Amino acid sequence: MAIDTKKCVGCGDCVVACQTENNVPHGYCRDWIVENVAGSYPNVEIELRSERCNHCDNSPCVRCCPTGASHIIEGGIVKVTHNECIGCGACIQSCPYDARYSHPEGYVDKCTFCDHRLAKGQSTACVEVCPTSCLYFGDLEDPNSDVSKALKNRAWKVLAPEAGTKPQLYFLT
Amino acid sequence: MKEELFVSGRNIPNIDPYLNIWHWEIPVYLFLGGLAAGIMFFAGYFTIMRKEKEMQATVKYAPFLVPFALVLGLFALFLDLKHQLYFWRLYTTVRLESPMSWGAWTLMFVTPLSMLWVASYMKEVFPKWDWKFNILNQFEALAIKYRKAMAWALMFLAVVLGVYTGILLSAFNARPLWNTSILGPLFLVSGMSTGLAAIIWMSKSKYERKVLSRIDLIFIGVELFLIIHMFMGFMAASEVQIEAAQLFLGGEFTVVFWVFIIILGLIFPATLEVLELRGFHIPIWIPSLLILIGGLLLRFVMVEAGQITRYLY
Repeated sequence: MAIDTKKCVGCGDCVVACQTENNVPHGYCRDWIVENVAGSYPNVEIELRSERCNHCDNSPCVRCCPTGASHIIEGGIVKVTHNECIGCGACIQSCPYDARYSHPEGYVDKCTFCDHRLAKGQSTACVEVCPTSCLYFGDLEDPNSDVSKALKNRAWKVLAPEAGTKPQLYFLT
Repeated sequence: MKEELFVSGRNIPNIDPYLNIWHWEIPVYLFLGGLAAGIMFFAGYFTIMRKEKEMQATVKYAPFLVPFALVLGLFALFLDLKHQLYFWRLYTTVRLESPMSWGAWTLMFVTPLSMLWVASYMKEVFPKWDWKFNILNQFEALAIKYRKAMAWALMFLAVVLGVYTGILLSAFNARPLWNTSILGPLFLVSGMSTGLAAIIWMSKSKYERKVLSRIDLIFIGVELFLIIHMFMGFMAASEVQIEAAQLFLGGEFTVVFWVFIIILGLIFPATLEVLELRGFHIPIWIPSLLILIGGLLLRFVMVEAGQITRYLY
């Protein structure tokens, strides 16, 4: 997924859409918006980022999971099998992005890139609802996908690459 | 995330404003695991060295603490799980990449072994003990016969368990304070030291206490060396680790770490042990208790502070 930080206005629609689509319990969220302010007036810069699980290629959460409940499915999405999760919290500790939380029912929960919607040929809830169309989703290995095209024409960065997790959220700058 | 703001108002329980998903259960478990590892290691060591007669508390009495420590530790661990009914999933897979997985398997082997060890000394410690069933008597004879083999296994598994209590934390590279390979040896040495403290407290023989105090002094020295080494490593590392070290060098954990863990938990009891060895009379429970409290605090502070440290982006 690519997120255009220049187009994002921080409205929070993606957050609400995700909570509604995925029945996220009250007070929790799988995606969130961060405002990063650099400098001071008049030389001030604001960056808005819609963040979620980075679905890392080298996922520390999958590595640290003692039962194999955290796993990577075909296509690169990191998922949690609820009835294999013991709720030990190892994956929560291992995530540099704090993208996981302990669901009130006990298991660990996180963004699934709406794989239940992808299976039906739809896009993720956050992408569909975004009023400024600043989210691009698709297969990074397909050069014609929305996300590949967005990355081709723009400068981008990933968050905390030094953590070594090979994150798969790309922020267009 | 200092200059950043969650505009969408994220306030997830135990995750925001900083991670606090592991509470008292984990440090208590790490402490009990280290304590058990320490006692088991020396019980095995002095058995192999054929010192059972001189080191009665080490070989016979103190190991009675181990099964209790391990079972209590496992219970604390179980309490920490949020999806408790599925805990058996730990034992349906072996995942060598995950320290928690092989740690759980180590405990699976070490707990029954420690019970077996205790059972083999049951009649010596409680002369009136009766196994009631003949088969148990035969089993006891078998355990006594293979005591030496058990001693080797105890020593090996004790080291694995002791290192595991540190590796469990250092495997999380997202928490800069934990992400140092020194944590494995540090927790091992600290566990050995707390184990020795417990044995010294239980021992009634002057000779035994003297031997153990000398070993303990070495371990305390190594522990101090590793702690200094750890901070040197942090200060020479990336920004996130420098910030992690700042929590202890002026930050909120400075007093509890340097006063209660380093001075009252290591240096002061070590001084008392030296004085004792020099012939001064010091109530034996004072240095022992201080070392045990210091060991417990070290784990509390590391678990708590580690969760505060994070990557900045």
